[in-house]
Amino acid sequence: MKMIRASIIGFGSVGQGAAQVFLQKKKEIQKKGFDLKVVAVADSRSAAIDEKGLDLEMVLNSKKENGRVGSETLSGLEIIRNVEHEVVIETTPTDIETGGVGLENMLTAFEKGMDVVTSNKGPLALKYGELAEAAQKNNAKFRFEATVGGAMPAINLIRDTIAGNSIISIEGILNGTCNYILTRMMEEHASYEQMLAESQELGIAETDPTYDVEGIDAACKLVILANYVFDMKATYHDVDVKGITSITPEALALAQSEGYVIKQIGEVKDGLIQTSPRLVPESHPLAVGGTLNVISVQTDLAGTVTSTGRGAGSIETASAILSDLISIYRED
Amino acid sequence: MRVSMDIELKDTPGQLLCALTPISELRGNLKSIVHHHEERTPRGTIPVQLVFEAEPDNLDAIIEKLEENGIGISRVDEERLIEEGAVILIGHIVHTDIQDTIDSIDRTGYAEVVDISLSMPHINTTSSASLKICAVGIKELHEAISILKDVAEKKDLLVVEPIRAEFS
Repeated sequence: MKMIRASIIGFGSVGQGAAQVFLQKKKEIQKKGFDLKVVAVADSRSAAIDEKGLDLEMVLNSKKENGRVGSETLSGLEIIRNVEHEVVIETTPTDIETGGVGLENMLTAFEKGMDVVTSNKGPLALKYGELAEAAQKNNAKFRFEATVGGAMPAINLIRDTIAGNSIISIEGILNGTCNYILTRMMEEHASYEQMLAESQELGIAETDPTYDVEGIDAACKLVILANYVFDMKATYHDVDVKGITSITPEALALAQSEGYVIKQIGEVKDGLIQTSPRLVPESHPLAVGGTLNVISVQTDLAGTVTSTGRGAGSIETASAILSDLISIYRED
Repeated sequence: MRVSMDIELKDTPGQLLCALTPISELRGNLKSIVHHHEERTPRGTIPVQLVFEAEPDNLDAIIEKLEENGIGISRVDEERLIEEGAVILIGHIVHTDIQDTIDSIDRTGYAEVVDISLSMPHINTTSSASLKICAVGIKELHEAISILKDVAEKKDLLVVEPIRAEFS
């Protein structure tokens, strides 16, 4: 059986989720015709390297117990440059200002002809064109299902399942935190501030929620879709963004009396990318509640195709990473 | 606009065609036709109910042509504003001249605000309102909402409009 050697660069919630899923799904991966061996793991201050394959259980324990993945001090970038392997699983945190270390990690991997599977939105929202070109030039695979809506099929749905269709437009809910807050505001007739506090307590919203509630996270995902599906060469700065912070419980009640819910909806159509609170008929497929994400793709042949699923969470996001790996290396 | 019309046809061949040709010639779009063939009016004619969309300027010409063709017209109802949409406004709606906001739609001549519900929970907090807008057609409804968005932007009001699928 062919052996695929991987590194996990970035060992926060998503990186750890990936390690757990690889341990749990060893047999399923083999059934797809290959063996996956993680030869290096790096977080922001430590690394673990073993060319024979790391014991991921030990790495996870070490991270849990002393906050480090191992005793090495090599950076992710040094691992990509110096440790022999086929695929870089890039799960460093999203940096929307510069693309962060993720951008350099991905470009370096491509230069070396390595494949990249990533959950990191920043580099794609800023420099998708450059990354896609680098991958193509070096004959490397570039997969990023996890960047748009976690476990909800989006990119791969469009690339594989409805391949051959022309895509007319895409609409959807691409941020679970906003969806949770709006859903709860309506259920409890409570203020935005109150439900933000609740979602922070539950770990659904970050301590600094700006990125989610101002629509920035959804905007990044829309840009990735716009570039991948419509070849728009857009960056995050091209998105017309309105967040949910000024939505009132009264507005939700008024909407409800007209048969609508208010949802933070992202849209790509006719060269325009926007995300804003919108009225969605209560019975419409986009009217999903809680932290769910949903995407509706309007096509020429299949009509409208809607996909929904969990947009965040460490195991859910790792599920998208696993499916990307399988789609690259499967032999069944 | 949408027109609903009751007409009467003589019980001879080709009558229905005489009734429909003027409508299609004047770019009317037939939506429904109910032909009560088993019924007769006291005059011995067959009652037919038509619903069609037409440009308001063409309606008189359509009626004239029908009469020329010997078609009896017993009722005409016009419904000018046939498309309806709801939007939600959030912000200092009243203090930014609510009358002017509504007028911006009414002034268009092709759309009107037909209903408004306002919720003002406390003094000094933002209000919310739902507006129902009616327009002569779907394109005009979009235009009206777009005008409202421009006005709202200047007044720092948020417009929550329906998703695109609502209109298709």
